[in-house]
Amino acid sequence: MGKRATAEQPSASPAVAGADTGRPVLQIEDLRVEFRSLRGVVRALNGVHLTVHEGEIVGLVGESGCGKTVTGYSVLGLLPKPQAQVTSGRILFKGEDLLTKSAKEMRALKGKVISMVFQDPLASLNPVFTVGEQISRVVRVHKDVKKKAALEATKTALQATGLPPTDALLKSYPHQLSGGMRQRVCMAMAISCGSAMLVADEPTTALDVTIQMQILKLLLRLREELGVAQILITHNVGVAAQTCDRIAVMYAGNVVEEGPTAEVLKRPRHPYTLALIECLPQGKTAAELKTIPGAVPDLITPPAGCRFHERCAHVREICRDSLPTPVEVARDHWTACHWVQETAGGGDELGRGAGGEAESLVPAPAGSPGPAPAAAQPAEPEAGDPSTSSEEA
Amino acid sequence: MPLLSVDDLTVHFKIRRGLTRKSIDTVHAADDVSFALDRGTTLALVGESGSGKTTVAHAILGLNKPLKGSIVFSERDLLALPRRERRAARRGMQVVFQDPYSSLNPRMTVHDLVSEPLRVGTRISGDALRDRVLELLEMVGLGTQHLWRRPHEFSGGQCQRIAIARALALSPDLVVLDEPTSALDVSVQARILTLLHRLQEELELSYLFIAHDLAVVESVASAVAVMYLGTIVESGSTETIFNDPRHPYTLALLASVPSPDPEQRSAGAALSGDVPSAIHPPSGCRFHPRCKFRMDVCDKEAPPLVERLGRRLACHLPDEFDLTADQEAARAARATAVVEEEPRRRARPRPTEATAPRMRRRW
Repeated sequence: MGKRATAEQPSASPAVAGADTGRPVLQIEDLRVEFRSLRGVVRALNGVHLTVHEGEIVGLVGESGCGKTVTGYSVLGLLPKPQAQVTSGRILFKGEDLLTKSAKEMRALKGKVISMVFQDPLASLNPVFTVGEQISRVVRVHKDVKKKAALEATKTALQATGLPPTDALLKSYPHQLSGGMRQRVCMAMAISCGSAMLVADEPTTALDVTIQMQILKLLLRLREELGVAQILITHNVGVAAQTCDRIAVMYAGNVVEEGPTAEVLKRPRHPYTLALIECLPQGKTAAELKTIPGAVPDLITPPAGCRFHERCAHVREICRDSLPTPVEVARDHWTACHWVQETAGGGDELGRGAGGEAESLVPAPAGSPGPAPAAAQPAEPEAGDPSTSSEEA
Repeated sequence: MPLLSVDDLTVHFKIRRGLTRKSIDTVHAADDVSFALDRGTTLALVGESGSGKTTVAHAILGLNKPLKGSIVFSERDLLALPRRERRAARRGMQVVFQDPYSSLNPRMTVHDLVSEPLRVGTRISGDALRDRVLELLEMVGLGTQHLWRRPHEFSGGQCQRIAIARALALSPDLVVLDEPTSALDVSVQARILTLLHRLQEELELSYLFIAHDLAVVESVASAVAVMYLGTIVESGSTETIFNDPRHPYTLALLASVPSPDPEQRSAGAALSGDVPSAIHPPSGCRFHPRCKFRMDVCDKEAPPLVERLGRRLACHLPDEFDLTADQEAARAARATAVVEEEPRRRARPRPTEATAPRMRRRW
């Protein structure tokens, strides 16, 4: 039971949520996922923490290979079975740990209370069933209703996604629809049983910009009208900026920065977030574009310490061997970076967020890596802690 | 005299069915497309999928057969030349495709890939060949250690560099870049764009840049042609098109780009509906079914692409028509991600017990 550190997490979250949103719907705590491959063990997630509150859209932003999709798949229990191993962590959905659920229990949840929408709508729809058939099938699997009632539910769901629930549409096959319509059908399927949570994995990447904006507006409408909490996985900072309430920036299997959208994008603290935003071509000529030196690390042999240290402009000695713990740099804005900890100083902003109810104040690791920044991050050493491997479903 | 000028280029594809391969329908992939590209500049063709950007590029490269029109490259009309001369003329143009993995032969080493155009198109061999390959690799920022590796050993960005080196092997005047960064991550995209910019300056290259990402286009192109369903609706200098767009489609396209500035959220989707089929394109102006300024004339008469308001524009709306509100929305969508307050870089005294920031453990 090497998880004493995370046990106090639930008490921390309400304090963080505090201001605006409701109770947490989904809490991911210290999630570590490994993939067995021929070349070795890929450490895909390295202690991911993420909280989604009721009616909130949280953006998972990062470049390919940073673990956004693996995080999404873990929530739905869709990780490929023999290769992927959850070595530690919990995924609490309304207080229940999804990782301890059996395959049967998960099947009852998937599509009913937690749904997912994928990047390629054509690949996620069955080509041999009509739209009406495949959506009402989902309804009939999860609810004990007659065909007719299921069809009514299907029509309501389609209506909610902005498609006219005509017979012509219900009787059409996926290949007869446009990309935007297909994605709407996928979303209708996802909400057909009244899901409380939607994981949207790059839902607009395969679509044109004008259609992309339509789908993003639809995500916002689902939140407003049906109160669906969402995780929006995207590599496009613009998409996240336009849609999300909060953003978590991921890099090489870690959430490096998390906070309200405007906070993270307007006042980024982590060197990676900063560099990522500076790479955006918006309003720059090709000559002015900034780049990030180096390449994303190989997660079979990830760098020790902070996984970004090899490419970081502000690298410190401590970064090479100790994984930074997230600290609150402004209200509800968390950054995991030694450099920020060192330079941020002054309690002005920090004091605000911490407020009175802060339960576990740790003294700053005053420069020295000595009292290794809390047990919350058992640093690198092989996550194969045998006691935890019994955890996975 | 522009390096490349395309006039009234029309490309149709016949849909054939059945045993006799009878033509049952026609896809109007590009209709009466005209533009010119000056030496040393970058022209961007932008539009959504199905707008005909790639069709036009392929026609220029000789990868499809235009129905009519002319393509004048280095003062020679490619479509009128005999086959042999056409091939020779086309040596001056090269292409980089979108997907770097599928555009490189997986069985060939980097050396073979980059030297192939030289071996086929020139008499260079031996040491000279080797030197030229190394020179090309150096140009795109790859070292000699990569020479004997194969495409699967490289990342997407590196593969795109190899594809660029290969395109530059015969010292072309024109490089057609067909969505060269769409498959790449932003940080890699920034590096490829910087590389392309540097190469353009060093080698005086001209680029025909095909893209759907308007932010990228704005940062690399000197001129822009906006395409919709096989026709150019508006073209002009990048500055004109981005700062003062006049065609309703250009306006909608610009307003649809998700801005990375969370304080500039767009009010609603700028365009409803989908791009219609190019098999039976709408009558009159092809954009009229989705246009919010639609007038009676729009579904009857196709507006010609004419020089007005400092650009070329194909729209029935009069010059004085007030588009301020939409231009405002388009401008808002272009808001950049300005980092408001630089994180403190000043050296501060190392925190002591007393001054240490209060930190709460979370995650």
